[in-house]
Amino acid sequence: MLRYALKRLVLALLVALSVSVATFALLSFATDPARAIAGEDADPLVIEQIRERYGLDRPLPVQYGAWIGGLVRGDLGESYHWKRPVSELIATHAPVTIKLALMSIFVTIVIALPLGIIAALRPNTLIDRAALSTAVAAQAIPSFWLGLIFIILFAVKLRLFPVSGDGTTWHFVLPCIVLGASSVPAVMRLTRTGLLEVLGSDYIRTARSKGFRGLRLLLRHALRNAMLPVVSVLAIQLGHKLGGSVIVESVFAINGLGRLALQSILGGDIPTLQMLVFVFALTFVLLTLLSDLLNGWLDPRLRLG
Amino acid sequence: MTSPSTPAAAAAADHASGEANAFTPMQVMRRRMRSHKGFLIGAGILLVLILIAALAPWIAPYDPLETKLVARLLPPAWEQGGRWEYLLGTDHLGRDYLSRLLYGSRISLAIGFGAASLGCLIGVTLGVCAGYFGGRIDQAVNYILTCQLALPGLLLTMALVFLIGPSLLVVVCVIGGLHWTYYLVVTRSATMQIRRLDYVTAAQAIGSTPLQIILYEVLPNVRNQIIVIFTLEVGIAILAEAALSFLGVGIQPPTPSWGLMIAEGKTAMFYRPWLVVLPGLAIFLLVIATNLMGDGLRDVTAPEGRN
Repeated sequence: MLRYALKRLVLALLVALSVSVATFALLSFATDPARAIAGEDADPLVIEQIRERYGLDRPLPVQYGAWIGGLVRGDLGESYHWKRPVSELIATHAPVTIKLALMSIFVTIVIALPLGIIAALRPNTLIDRAALSTAVAAQAIPSFWLGLIFIILFAVKLRLFPVSGDGTTWHFVLPCIVLGASSVPAVMRLTRTGLLEVLGSDYIRTARSKGFRGLRLLLRHALRNAMLPVVSVLAIQLGHKLGGSVIVESVFAINGLGRLALQSILGGDIPTLQMLVFVFALTFVLLTLLSDLLNGWLDPRLRLG
Repeated sequence: MTSPSTPAAAAAADHASGEANAFTPMQVMRRRMRSHKGFLIGAGILLVLILIAALAPWIAPYDPLETKLVARLLPPAWEQGGRWEYLLGTDHLGRDYLSRLLYGSRISLAIGFGAASLGCLIGVTLGVCAGYFGGRIDQAVNYILTCQLALPGLLLTMALVFLIGPSLLVVVCVIGGLHWTYYLVVTRSATMQIRRLDYVTAAQAIGSTPLQIILYEVLPNVRNQIIVIFTLEVGIAILAEAALSFLGVGIQPPTPSWGLMIAEGKTAMFYRPWLVVLPGLAIFLLVIATNLMGDGLRDVTAPEGRN
C-alpha cells in the first residue's frame, strides 16, 4: 500500500510540474506581459524598460527556472496588476472558493445520489426516465444563465436570498445550488449504472437468497461497491468546482479565486494567472490521488494494478 | 427519453432475423433512428436551427447590428408596451432582438462544429496511435491525457482566448485545442480491441502499412463512436463559447453571440428579464438538441441497441 501510494504521489507531482511547464509556454505564446503592463499604446522604449525590470527579456527556460525556483523557496512572485505578492492574493481569496466548492459538492451529493439510487432500484419506470430526462436537460443549461434566472426568481421576485456578494452563508445558497447542479447529471448517471450493475451481480443474488433485502441489502452489500467509481468522479468534480467557480463567482459577485482569475485575465496579470492555473492543477491532481488511495483502501484489488 | 421497448424490440428483431439477415447494418440503423424519439426530436431541432443559421439574412426582419435609439429596451410584442414590428423586443441599443437571436445561431453553430472538429482531429489521432501502437507511444499519450485532465479547462480557455485576442477563429482553435480527451479515451480503447481482430491480422499479412490499416480497417469501425462523441462535443463547445462571451473574454460586441447577449441584457434584467431569458433558451434548445442526438446515436449504433 505504501509503495502504491508513493508511486502515485510521484506521478501526481510530475503531472503538476508538466502542467506548469505547459501553462508557462502557452501563456508566453498567447501574450506579451510587458505590453499588458505598459498599456495599449505605450512607447516601445517604456515596454523595453518594463521587460528588463521584470526579467522578461531573458529566454523562456530561464524565466521558468526562476519561477519554479521561487516556488520551491515559497516565493510565488508578485502580481503586475495589484502590485502585491501572489501568495497573499491567493491566501485572501481561497477561503471563499473552498467554502463554495465544498458546499456545492454537498449539494451535488444530496441531489444526485438519492436520484441515482431510486432510478437504479426502479429501472425503466416513470421515475427512472424522469431522472434521466432531467439529467439530459440539466446538462444543456448554461450555468451562468441558471444563476441569473435564480437571481431574478429567488432574490428579486421572491426576496428569499441576497442578490450577490459573499458576506453570509445565505449568500452562498444560490451559487452553491447552481454550481452543485452542474455535476448532478454525471454523478447521478454513474450512481445509477454502477448500482444497476452491482444489483445484477452474483453476490447480490447470493445475499438475497440468504434473506438480505431492502435497505440492509442496499447499504451493506450493494452501495459499497457501486460507490467506488462515484468516489473518483466526486473527487474530479470537486477539482472542477475549485477551478470552474469562475462563472458562478462572477455571476454572484463572490470575491474568490475564480474572480481573481478572471480579473487577472482581463488585466493581463500573468504571474497571478500562471500561479492560479498551477494551484488548480495541483489541487486537482492531489484530489484524484486522494480518491485513488481511498479506492485502493476500499477495494484491495486495485492496489495490484 | 426513448420508450425502453423500442430499441430493445429493434435489437430483438435483429436477433430474430439471425444469420439470414435481410437488412444491412445501415438499414437496421436507419430503422432504429426512425423509431428513436429522442434522436428524432434532437435531429429535428438541430436541423431547424441549422436552417435558421443558413437563412438568417433572409428571415431576419432587421439588420442585427442596426441601432435605433428611439426604440430602446422594448419588451416583446405580447407584453405591455411591446410593438408587433419588434416581435421579441429590442435591446439597450434598440437593436431588434429577434434578428440578433437568429444571427446568433450562426456563431454558436460555427463554434460548436468548428471546435468539435478540431478536437476530433487531435483526440482521434492521439487515440488511434496510442491504441494501435501501444507500448511507449501509449504511455506517452496517456501521460499527455493525465496532464490535460488536470488543467483547469475553462480558465485556461478563457485566458488563452482573451490574451491571444478574441475572434471567432481563436475561440474555435482554443476550445477545440483543449477539448479532445473524450475522443482520445474512446478511440484508444476501441482501437486496442480492433487491432487484435482477425481482419487486422489479415491486413497485416497482405502487407498493409500501419497507416493503411488505421485508415481502412480501424477508423471505419470506430466511426460510429466518434460521431456520437462529436455530437456531444458540439454541445459542450457551444456552452463553453457562451460562458466565454458572457464573461467578456469571448466573442466581442457588436457581434450577436447568445452568451454576449445575456451579458449585455444583464444590466436591465430586473425590469426586462426577456433580454436574459431568450438567449438562454436559445442556447438550451441548441445544446439539448445536440445532446439528444448524441444520446440517440449512441443508442441506435450500439450493437445491442442501448447502453
